[in-house]
Amino acid sequence: MELNQYLEVFIEESKEHLQSCNDHLLELEKNPDNLSIVNEIFRSAHTLKGMSATMGYEDLASLTHKMENVLDAIRNGRIAVVPEILDVVFLAVDHLEEMVQSIASGGDGKRDVSDAVAKLQLIEQGETTLSGNAEKKNSLPAASEAEQAAYNDFDEFELTVIRQSKEQGFGAYQATVALREDCLLKAARVYMIFEVLEKSGEVIKASPPVEQLEEENFDHEFTVVILSKESPEEIMAKIMKVAEVESAVVNEILLLEESTAEDRQNQPDQDSVTETLVNEQTASPQQDEKRSEKKQNHANKTIRVNIERLDILMNLFEELVIDRGRLEQISRELNNSELHETVERMSRVSGDLQSIILNMRMVPVETVFNRFPRMIRQLARDLDKKIRLDIIGAETELDRTVIDEIGDPLVHLLRNSVDHGVEKPEERRRKGKSEEGTVILRAYHSGNHVFIEIEDDGAGISKEKVLEKAISKGIITSQAAEGFSDRQVYELILSSGFSTAEVISDISGRGVGLDVVKNTIESLGGSIAIDSKENEGTIFSIQLPLTLSIISVMLVEIEKEKYAIPLTSIIETAIVKSGDILNAHNQKVIDFRGKVVPLLFLKEIFEVPADGEKDEQFHSVIIVRKGDKMAGLVVDSFIGQQEVVLKGLGNFLNNVFAISGATILGDGKVALIVDCNALIK
Amino acid sequence: MTEALLPDVKFIVFQLTDKEYAIPVSEVKSIEKVQHITRVPHALPFVQGVINLRGVVTPIIDLRKRFGLEVKDYDDTTRIIIVAAEDKEVGLIVDAANDVIDLSADSIEPPPEIVGSHAADYISGVAKLDNRLLVLIDLENILGEGEN
Repeated sequence: MELNQYLEVFIEESKEHLQSCNDHLLELEKNPDNLSIVNEIFRSAHTLKGMSATMGYEDLASLTHKMENVLDAIRNGRIAVVPEILDVVFLAVDHLEEMVQSIASGGDGKRDVSDAVAKLQLIEQGETTLSGNAEKKNSLPAASEAEQAAYNDFDEFELTVIRQSKEQGFGAYQATVALREDCLLKAARVYMIFEVLEKSGEVIKASPPVEQLEEENFDHEFTVVILSKESPEEIMAKIMKVAEVESAVVNEILLLEESTAEDRQNQPDQDSVTETLVNEQTASPQQDEKRSEKKQNHANKTIRVNIERLDILMNLFEELVIDRGRLEQISRELNNSELHETVERMSRVSGDLQSIILNMRMVPVETVFNRFPRMIRQLARDLDKKIRLDIIGAETELDRTVIDEIGDPLVHLLRNSVDHGVEKPEERRRKGKSEEGTVILRAYHSGNHVFIEIEDDGAGISKEKVLEKAISKGIITSQAAEGFSDRQVYELILSSGFSTAEVISDISGRGVGLDVVKNTIESLGGSIAIDSKENEGTIFSIQLPLTLSIISVMLVEIEKEKYAIPLTSIIETAIVKSGDILNAHNQKVIDFRGKVVPLLFLKEIFEVPADGEKDEQFHSVIIVRKGDKMAGLVVDSFIGQQEVVLKGLGNFLNNVFAISGATILGDGKVALIVDCNALIK
Repeated sequence: MTEALLPDVKFIVFQLTDKEYAIPVSEVKSIEKVQHITRVPHALPFVQGVINLRGVVTPIIDLRKRFGLEVKDYDDTTRIIIVAAEDKEVGLIVDAANDVIDLSADSIEPPPEIVGSHAADYISGVAKLDNRLLVLIDLENILGEGEN
């Protein structure tokens, strides 16, 4: 079999499964008693093992197998979930990730994993010595052989689920389905049967397990346990309607309390105790899990498209947008109503097309966020801190171009919060806070922007310390420091050559980090703001544009040159009389709705060649903002609003002052895009 | 420069004032007529601006300015040679581009030692062909110092 064509799928899916392992392991650490999480991890590991064995990556398969053994032991309650064991499992997952990475980059997926294997084996062996006792314990509640048989090998929480459903009036049935000998697509039939069953109730168990059924890893017969309000006859009739089913037998499952009520009296204590306990704890997550699985099935109706193709599509569409601009211009000039209508229609259609293409490129921030829980856990352990990471709004979508860039800055900020923000447990206790610090990573949409916030409930930023440091490092003078607002002080920590932690640690670096963060975010057309309260915590708030490729701008004219100003930074446009311009400290300002706003003459800033002085009575002004600061940009005239495709100036011209890029206008000429952030200081 | 050492390399010949210059074909992407150039404020003085080269915004260098020669208005023969070096793509404004020739390695000599003009820094060699003298330009130096 030619496996190469499956390689891509294999790598993608392996990554997904490993990610799910990671996520669930973290969850398990928080709720060590929730066995449904172990099941989830086990399922991922199992699939991964199957896939890698099929693809011939034996190392990957064998390490997964070892890990699976440990998970199995946890699942059966033979090993307790403690951080040390999870460390080993995490180590194994790390190795697996590396192996998949190596396969993805064309390697053979081989790797020295003896340490992880040895540790896993140690746990497993430790478990076997323990398991003797555990089994004895296990055998106690199961009073007699007869009862055991009635349970039909259900494990404890399957039993609880059955019991609970019975209380709610559901019947529990065991359906044995046999497919015809000559059935060709067994997996498909299984799928259809499951679909039928899912409609009438909930399938809680299958033997052989669902994975094997899907892989056609069974003879011709399989058994499922279903909870349903329908009668066994109805269910049987429904199964028989599926083609190629030889026979179906549906029996009601009789539980212990119904069948052997007397026996139960002999063993009332242990049985009922475990029963009620498990009842509360596991039954509901079990059902939730089922539901979420169903949701997943629904969401899985997608196809994978190579990113390159999407990029090509985007480029082609950009060309179309340029032509659209050109057509609009021509139609305005010609003033032909029929042409006008057609162009307008085309604009609308291409507008819809644009939003679809942009949507296609949207990726949930989850893809970036999902590596953080692991990172925070590791950092917290390294630093002896207790930290909980809450992620809110991971489903918020951002353009892929932004997603690719945002990872590193977020890592920096999170490390910063963990290292400098959240205090050590003893210090937190002294301050009367709970020992466990909380870091909240929040993402949400607002208007044309996405906001990502990193909030911690740690020590906050000490204004005095920041100022002291900034003055001693020569970033500001002590005179300048006096007039600084809180926010300006906080922003100092984003300037280069600044580090507030008294002890420099290898975690958040040497103060080179945060200014890089700021630069990256600003180069993405975003901004970063800091808010902090001493001893209460700090919030870093990042504002990002939804997409980087197509933006709305206001086109303006200065002499004969055209410039584009991003609509996102414009508050409004105004016409100002010469007489209304005031002078303050050699700076021309206007009074704009009760606020003093400095005026910037773009003609001077951009050194536009002028043909003679013009003494104008009125000035066209565009009020722009950066954060809560404003400025008025004086231009010659407004041309209008337009959607343009953002283009770079090429590698030769990087870092041009106050120009963030260029765009091609309808007439084929290049217009420069003004970077308002650089103009407002 | 490495191309210059190989036998028979094709060169594009262009003119600036009354001198002829040459640049290896492998470094040239296309030759364009002059079109609207958008000025870029605060760029280096020899950067004339950017043009729209079939959807790609491309920076333009005026070679006369780069070499410290007297500036002349563009006319019908003025051409923009689009060159690519490393990861940069740039257009060079020249007075005219009118010839493609083959040069063998032994016809190329190292640049003269005398530092006569400002242009000397951008020369990688000199080639004699019959009674023509061609100056081979060093693209990397021309673009290299343009970085800020």
